[in-house]
Amino acid sequence: MKKTAFMVLSLILSLSLFVGCTSNQSSSKGDSDTIRVGLNYELSGQVATYGQGLTEGIEMAFEEINENGGILGKQVEIVKIDNKSEDTEAANVSTRLATRENVVVLLGPATSGNTKAAIPAAMQNKIPLVSASATADDITVDKDGNVREYVFKTCFSDSFQGVMMAEFAHGDLSAKTAAVLMDNTSDYAKGLSEAFKKTFTELGGSILTEEAYQAKDTDFRAVLTNIKGTNPDVLFVPGYYEEVGLIVRQARELGLDVPILGADGYESPKLTEIAGKEALNNVYYSNHYSSMDDAEEVVEFNKKFKEKYGKDPDGFNALGYDLAYFVKDAIERAGEADPEKIKDAMAATKDFKGVTGTISIDEKHNPIKSITIIEMKDGVPTFLKKLDPK
Amino acid sequence: MEQIIQQLINGISLGSIYALIALGYTMVYGIINLINFAHGDIYMVGAYVGYALTTFFGLGFLPSLLLAMLTCSILGIIIEKVAYKPIRNSTRISALITAISVSLFLQYTMMYFVSPQTRTFPNVLKGSRITFLNGNVMLDTKNIYILAITVLLMVGLQYIVHKTKIGKSMRAASLDREAAQLMGVDVDKTISFTFAIGSALAGAAGVLVGVYYNTINPLMGTVPGLKAFVAAVLGGIGIIPGAMFGGFFLGMVETMVSAYGGSIIKDAVAFGILILVLLVKPNGLLGKTIKEKV
Repeated sequence: MKKTAFMVLSLILSLSLFVGCTSNQSSSKGDSDTIRVGLNYELSGQVATYGQGLTEGIEMAFEEINENGGILGKQVEIVKIDNKSEDTEAANVSTRLATRENVVVLLGPATSGNTKAAIPAAMQNKIPLVSASATADDITVDKDGNVREYVFKTCFSDSFQGVMMAEFAHGDLSAKTAAVLMDNTSDYAKGLSEAFKKTFTELGGSILTEEAYQAKDTDFRAVLTNIKGTNPDVLFVPGYYEEVGLIVRQARELGLDVPILGADGYESPKLTEIAGKEALNNVYYSNHYSSMDDAEEVVEFNKKFKEKYGKDPDGFNALGYDLAYFVKDAIERAGEADPEKIKDAMAATKDFKGVTGTISIDEKHNPIKSITIIEMKDGVPTFLKKLDPK
Repeated sequence: MEQIIQQLINGISLGSIYALIALGYTMVYGIINLINFAHGDIYMVGAYVGYALTTFFGLGFLPSLLLAMLTCSILGIIIEKVAYKPIRNSTRISALITAISVSLFLQYTMMYFVSPQTRTFPNVLKGSRITFLNGNVMLDTKNIYILAITVLLMVGLQYIVHKTKIGKSMRAASLDREAAQLMGVDVDKTISFTFAIGSALAGAAGVLVGVYYNTINPLMGTVPGLKAFVAAVLGGIGIIPGAMFGGFFLGMVETMVSAYGGSIIKDAVAFGILILVLLVKPNGLLGKTIKEKV
């Protein structure tokens, strides 16, 4: 009995080795008549709305591309696999796409955590991986500061939002002093506030006070009273909408009426529900995209999206749409659907024009792109302006 | 100066919420020596019942509060009968583990039915802002309501425990369950009643907090439950005015630590004080003067 089990096991092991070898060989050939693109997304589970939103945008873009003759005369074939919003599953899907599905490029996953889990398979198999929504700073760069050769990002990093909001506070709001209130349990908030503080002081402003809270806190009156006592020009609160909603409401209740600034964590209809319409004035945050932007390509995208899906696009839809065209652009410049050449073409991307902004890839494989500033007016998010990096 | 007054107000309003939850905690412990970890989750269920009544049935604040209290007391009795009664004579550790299981069961059952997303409470209790000292100090009338209701409930509890017949049997059961039974006290009924009252208090707290912060979610009971437990222990667990005192003490400590620049370590300081108090006075701050539990 034991012997049979051992035999079966070793058979499976040797077979899996064999499978690994063969598919590697065939993927390096890449002379089929379709271009296979792998999608590794959160289609179910905790953050399913992110993955679904991105996939909608990607599928719409590739359909358009195929209707218009494909890329380099070849049709694009999508291989879409659900990673169930789990990092172990994201790693498995990434391995499967890279070794057995003959894809030339890996798209996704949506969150930073899952993307990090998917990276090793892409690096080992030398297939470029692009994420349109993983905003963590350490996606394209490893912990020693080395650039990951096959990993790219088409969305800006967390710290970049902090830099841009500091410039916005200093330039557009002419703020000289600021207070920072951050969630000290989240890397996202820490990265943002570090970048904000650094840029704001470099621009000549001063940080009056720095306070912290923890995710799931509900009472912020004590720290807000402190902040009110220092009388800052602006208050920077990098956080997620649940706590930010309560913070904004309690700040206004305590008579702290200064502008409140934040980042893409504010983007949710829940923010208005929690904070209340009256409190949500004089609140600004950065985002990837606004459907109220009146630029020509955005209006065009909104129209086409609504025709296809019967609803207004959100940020994830737009990021997914741009990601697909970013891939097309790279493959066309590479001249053939070869992972190695696509990688080099991606690294050399310059002034690629998408609906979420114009993208150039920098030496760290991060995009240099404009940021959208949203202003809350009586609880309604309105497009204020696009801010270009200096 | 204005800032200090404002912080005092902040501390009292935070403390009254802890005190409100701590009252039910301390009461159940006082009678049957069970740390009911599910208390915070009954508080969560109370908040959801209040939310459903005000949002879907359009009821006003007071009827929703009373109905939520009623629902929670029934839930409390069921929990006691199903989960705690069979293990009443087992070791304390198994009672404790059962309480934690009930807590997790309530959290995740609720999450299954209402989904984990945060919901916002409708504005059923119209609060208005009172400002004084040249508009530099603000007070929300909701704070006054919560404080008044907390004091009212505490006085009511004291009355029930010390002046009524059922209160007498509660005290008897807490002193010696077997002796009380021999003297003709219906211990089962008494314990059920204790759970009913304790859970009704949790339900009331749930609705009030829902109205005050206007957000509720299925895990909202965990942290306040823990803080209320700390408040109850600080004041001397089992002593009703102790829970009240402990709640205000904890709220004030947290606020003052934040006020003097320690917002990052406010919980560490609060729990540090708990450890100190327990080292010096193991029965809690009000624990020595009153020997008889509840």
